[in-house]
Amino acid sequence: MLRKIRISIAAIFFICITLLFLDFTGTIHAWLGWMAKIQFLPAVLALNVGVIVLLVVLTLLFGRIYCSVICPLGVMQDLISWFGGKRKRNRFSYSAEKRWLRYGVLIVFVVLFVVGLNSIALLIAPYSAYGRIAQNLLAPIWGFGNNILAFIAERIDSYAFYSTEVWIRSWVTFAVAVATLGIVGYLAWRGGRTYCNTICPVGTVLGFLSRFSLLKPVIDTSKCIDCGLCAKKCKASCIDTKNHKIDYSRCVVCMDCLESCNKGAISYTMRKGSTTTQKSEEKVDNSRKNFLVGAGLLAASAAKAQEMKLDGGYATIVKKEPRAKFRTLTPAGSLSASNMAAHCTGCQLCVSVCPNNVLHPSPYLENFMQPAMSYEKGYCRPECTKCGEVCPTGAIKPISVIEKSSIQIGHAVWVKRNCIVISDDVDCGNCAEHCPTGAINMVLSDYKDKKSRKIPVINKERCIGCGACEHLCPSRPFSAIYVKSYKEHRTI
Amino acid sequence: MKAENKNNIDRREFIKRIGAGSMLTVAALSGCNVNKKGGSTLSDDEIPTDKMEYRTNPKTGDKVSLLGYGCMRWPTIEQDGKTVIDQEKVNSLVDYAIAHGVNFFDTAPVYVQGMSETATGIALQRHPRESYFLSTKMSNFSNASRENSIMMYENSFKNLQVDYFDYYLLHNIGGSVGDFNRRFIDNGMLDFLIEEREKGRIKNLGWSFHGSADVFDHILAYHEKVHWDFVLIQMNYSDWRNARGRNVNAEYLYTELEKRGIPALIMEPLLGGRLSNVPAHIEARLKMQEPDRSVASWSFRFNGSYPNILCMLSGMVYEEHLQDNILSFSPFTPLTDDEKEFLFETAELMLQYPTIPCNDCKYCMPCPYGLDIPAILLHYNRCVNEGNLSKSSQDENYRKARRAFLIGYDRAVEKERQAAYCTGCKQCNPHCPQRIDIPREMRRIDQYIENLKQGKEF
Repeated sequence: MLRKIRISIAAIFFICITLLFLDFTGTIHAWLGWMAKIQFLPAVLALNVGVIVLLVVLTLLFGRIYCSVICPLGVMQDLISWFGGKRKRNRFSYSAEKRWLRYGVLIVFVVLFVVGLNSIALLIAPYSAYGRIAQNLLAPIWGFGNNILAFIAERIDSYAFYSTEVWIRSWVTFAVAVATLGIVGYLAWRGGRTYCNTICPVGTVLGFLSRFSLLKPVIDTSKCIDCGLCAKKCKASCIDTKNHKIDYSRCVVCMDCLESCNKGAISYTMRKGSTTTQKSEEKVDNSRKNFLVGAGLLAASAAKAQEMKLDGGYATIVKKEPRAKFRTLTPAGSLSASNMAAHCTGCQLCVSVCPNNVLHPSPYLENFMQPAMSYEKGYCRPECTKCGEVCPTGAIKPISVIEKSSIQIGHAVWVKRNCIVISDDVDCGNCAEHCPTGAINMVLSDYKDKKSRKIPVINKERCIGCGACEHLCPSRPFSAIYVKSYKEHRTI
Repeated sequence: MKAENKNNIDRREFIKRIGAGSMLTVAALSGCNVNKKGGSTLSDDEIPTDKMEYRTNPKTGDKVSLLGYGCMRWPTIEQDGKTVIDQEKVNSLVDYAIAHGVNFFDTAPVYVQGMSETATGIALQRHPRESYFLSTKMSNFSNASRENSIMMYENSFKNLQVDYFDYYLLHNIGGSVGDFNRRFIDNGMLDFLIEEREKGRIKNLGWSFHGSADVFDHILAYHEKVHWDFVLIQMNYSDWRNARGRNVNAEYLYTELEKRGIPALIMEPLLGGRLSNVPAHIEARLKMQEPDRSVASWSFRFNGSYPNILCMLSGMVYEEHLQDNILSFSPFTPLTDDEKEFLFETAELMLQYPTIPCNDCKYCMPCPYGLDIPAILLHYNRCVNEGNLSKSSQDENYRKARRAFLIGYDRAVEKERQAAYCTGCKQCNPHCPQRIDIPREMRRIDQYIENLKQGKEF
């Protein structure tokens, strides 16, 4: 019974959290956004004391049910492990705790945070690891499915579905997601919760607490016949049947053992259990990652009119290219690049919901996998504040549309040689036309000649860095106006 | 994308037809029977092959079908990333048209990205030369040198695989006297074409007109010297007295031609579909009067009621268009004066719908900055007609209309070809025969979209 309850609640959490990453319309966040906010590491980074206390109390009362129910990576492993178990039943066996490995990883994890190398540490953070898998591997499938529905809807003149652009925002992060799924999936397939009990820093912290939990599975030695079935069913490999002991630091209270015991010798109660003996550590499995940052820049000329005018057809649209220079443009609400770096877990939730295709995970080491903005596919539209609404860690604070209109995340810079007014000698002014704050004015390129073409000038005081000018600039592949970030965001 | 929209419209129209048909049966209005022609595809035996209306060219005695085939909108397909004409479909459309009595085909070197003449030529050379009348034009807009103009003229013979043209036009003149002089007087091309007519390579010489009345008069005054054999004008019941933009009322153009005994050819009888895809209550009004006939048939019958009209051109993309149009002419019944008056009232009512007078001719394309101008304007017009253009954010159906407008916009126009990317360079404007101020409309539509997207009160 207890196991069925655990499975049901876990399924609800898992599906809902996955939906958070799939729902590009951003509508279900209003209902389910809290599920991301009660994740342990995001709550710590957000300094969300309420949630931390709640999770600590939960663990002290019931053991690591966080790992069994709330953590999506944990549930994902259970799912994979369940499939693995179909091929080979009763495949687990007790193994001693690898304490030095667990605490070693935790210490390294904390140290990396302290020295500011969060992005490396985040590779093993459970919630954001799952987020990357969902965003990179599941969201495209979801998007394609939606587009099929949109295709059908279009044909029956319905506006129920609209198509969305499916694209991989960063191949490096995509590769990380594939690698994470590969490694964690393999470990889960083979040994159940190996990852949670050897590497996961959240598992280690909660494991430390769960030693002292009030309720826990306890073996009744008077009923136990030493059959060892419970240990074979224990995906955490924490039941030592010889000594009738359970390692509560690794137990994720999945209740599988309760149901597996034919004699009813294991019960989930308050009775005092015994702690385990510890054994020696194993080698640290340090996997290094190399990051390739490819900057393939295509030099192509802007679309120009045909020489001989024919009717119909389209001019080719040359893809916009980001400026080669490293960018640290972060969304309004994130306060500064350093605040982002310190608080973001790289879970990709904001990237999933960004409707304007502005946010993408950074490929650079300094803010690896954390959201960065660029305006090749769209710009940060004035009516949208979705990233702040969904962020569980407080890396992007929720702001109102009005607040957003006065937050300067950077300012526009004009590149004279790219501007078509200069290079093609035509009238333009699309940047000024679309500037939401009126920061761009068109002025005579030659003040003595009243008939000279007009060029944009930027009022830095009014510019908020939304990128409307950069994105809508006709100059391709490189825009003639681009947004340069501020280290600290400013308020007008 | 556009083609699909038209498909949808057809389907919708079909449903409405059925609706109107049954409604009228109940109402038992005089002279109406249940709509038999309601299906989107009619079986062949329902479309007569021998009832086509013909008009006689007073000069040559040509018996020209009143319905002419405009070759400006041939169906296209994507092949290896390029847009090409779907030749098989063109062949079958041409065959079908000829089999049902259509014998006039009109093309131009610039149509369908310059591919129309060749495709038309391939389709037509499968028929005896004397079984059809062929018309093409001198489209020397961008380079009006004598050399280039003559090259264009000779190329048309090659592309169309013929050794004479039945009708040859000075393409799209009337914008200004200066432009006319530049393209046909200064370079001696008009004299050249008169000589060619004497040689018999051109049977009838004329011109197509878009522009202002004074330039029309100016060019018409050449009649005494040149003897124009025909003039191609834009005419329909909407343009008769209510020509939009800088167009001249068709009533004036037609009357001036009739006075001089110059036969008129007609273009844009349906205004690029704007007179077949009309707002719902206009459609209901027309259907109520004539439930058996299509909305489009009204415009054809209106034009055909004027005796000095030799032929009217319609660019038919689908066989269903062709079938429906053939029905309007086989047999042809002219409008009564009461019916004409009824149409003029309809035209007045239509003026209340602020559609943009785009006929989807694509002369503005390609936009150097990649915009899909006609698709943007057509989407806007569609929303106007379907009641999805909100006058105010307080409108009762605002939310629904907003969703339909924005989602429909992304469907109709690729993201990076939308109005927001218009630089306002104005390179398109001189090409528009309807004299739409395209950059201004792009800004206006973009502003409207910004209001919708930002949820602004307006």
